Amino acid sequence: MSTSFGPVIPGSALPQEASAAATPKSVPHRGGAANPSAEALRQRFASSVKSVSVVWGETTIVVEGGQLLEIVRWLHDDSSQQYNYLSDITAVEFRDLEQPLEVVWHLRSLPFRRFLRLKVLLQKGMPLEVPSVWSVYRAADWMERECYDMFGIRFTGHPDLRRLLMWEQYKEGYPLRKDFPLRGRFSRSEQLRQALAANPEARYSKEELSIAQAFEDLPDDMRRRLNAGEKTGE
Amino acid sequence: MGLSRRPDAATVQVSSGGDPWVATRLDFLVNWARANSLWPMPFGTACCAIEFMATAASRFDLARFGMERQSFSPRQADVLICAGRVPFKLAPVLRRIWQQMPQPKWCISMGSCASSGNGIFDNYAVVQGIDTIIPVDVYVPGCPPRPEGLMYGILLLQKKVMNERAADKSLRNEMEPDPRSQLYIPPSVIDEVSEPFGNSVHQTRSGL
Repeated sequence: MSTSFGPVIPGSALPQEASAAATPKSVPHRGGAANPSAEALRQRFASSVKSVSVVWGETTIVVEGGQLLEIVRWLHDDSSQQYNYLSDITAVEFRDLEQPLEVVWHLRSLPFRRFLRLKVLLQKGMPLEVPSVWSVYRAADWMERECYDMFGIRFTGHPDLRRLLMWEQYKEGYPLRKDFPLRGRFSRSEQLRQALAANPEARYSKEELSIAQAFEDLPDDMRRRLNAGEKTGE
Repeated sequence: MGLSRRPDAATVQVSSGGDPWVATRLDFLVNWARANSLWPMPFGTACCAIEFMATAASRFDLARFGMERQSFSPRQADVLICAGRVPFKLAPVLRRIWQQMPQPKWCISMGSCASSGNGIFDNYAVVQGIDTIIPVDVYVPGCPPRPEGLMYGILLLQKKVMNERAADKSLRNEMEPDPRSQLYIPPSVIDEVSEPFGNSVHQTRSGL
C-alpha cells in the first residue's frame, strides 16, 4: 500500500485525445463493450473469473471468493489498471432458498476513468466468509463493518470486525437478511428494555477513547469500569 | 402590579380549587415567569429539526415567546424539544439528557416520528414514540410540522405551565416504575394484551 498522497487527476492515464470526460450516449441495456480490465483479469486469473456481464455499460465480474484479495490487490497495484478508489462494498440477498448471496465491490479507476463491479457468490447454508480488502483499501474498514452488521458476512482479515450501525450487543440478528422480520425478533418492550440498559458512556471502547485522547477526561468511575472491560448494554 | 386584571388569572383561580388566595397569586407569578422564559433544548435528529431551525430563525422568531436563548446544554434548559425519529441506539442518550435537565422541565415531542414512530418507521431500529422513554407534555403532529404548528404546541405548553400549582408535588416526581407497586405491569403482560395491535400500542409505557 502506497503511503504517499500525490494529486489524483482523473483521466490522466488515458491518451490525450480520449482524456476529456464525456457522458456515454445510447448505451445498450445488455451487452456492449466490456471494461478492458475484464479481459486482463481473464488472462491473469483465468481459473477464478466465473463470468463477465455488461449491463447498461457497466461491467460485472463474478469471481471466486478465495482469490478475491489477490485480484483486488492486482487491480489496485498494476500500472495498467490503477483502481485507486473503492466506492462501495455491499451485499445482496434474494428471496430464494437456492440463489446464493452476492457480495459486491464497486471499484473505480480514476486515471483510466473506469468502473468495475466485482461479485462473489456465497452459497446459502455455507459459512458466509469472504476475504477482507482492508489491506488494500483502508476505506473498506467501515464498509465491511456495515456489511457484517447488516448481513452477517464475515470479512476474514478485517482488523476490527464489529457492528457499525446497531450496537455491539445487538442480539436479534442481521437486519437486512430476508429471514429477518421487519420489526425485529423481540417484542417492542424487550427491545426498549435492552436499548435503555445500554450505557451511553460505554458506547466507545477504551481503545477508541485512548486514540482520541478522551479517555483521560472521563470521570474516575467510568475509567475504572472501562478498564474492567465494561461494554455497551447487557 | 396589574397582573390580577389579566384574563388568565381567572383560569388559575378556578384550577387551583380551594387554595388560599396568596398561594394562587404566588403560583400565578411563578408560572407567568416560567411560561414566558422557557429555554428550549433542541434534540434534533431528522427533518423536523430543519423546521425547528426555521421556527427559531428570524421569520417566525421563537424569541417572541420567551425562547430567546437556545440551550444546547441540558443543564440550562427547561423544554426538551425532540424533533425527529429516535433510533433505539439513541434511546439511552435521550433518557440521559432528560435526566440531566433540572426541574422544572417539560418536553415537546415534535413531529409524527417522535410522537408515534410515524408508521413508516415501524421497524426494528426506531423507537415507537419517545413517550416510551421520557414523559411528554405536548405532541405536535405533522411530518414535519410547519413552524406555525410548533409555535401552537409551544403556546399550548405555556398554557399548561400557567395552570400548574406549586403545591402539586406530583408534577415534579421522577421515579422509575416500581415492580412492587400494584400498578406495575410487567412488559411481558403488556406485550401479551397488546398483541393484536401494531405500532405504538405494541409496547410498554415506561411509567416515568
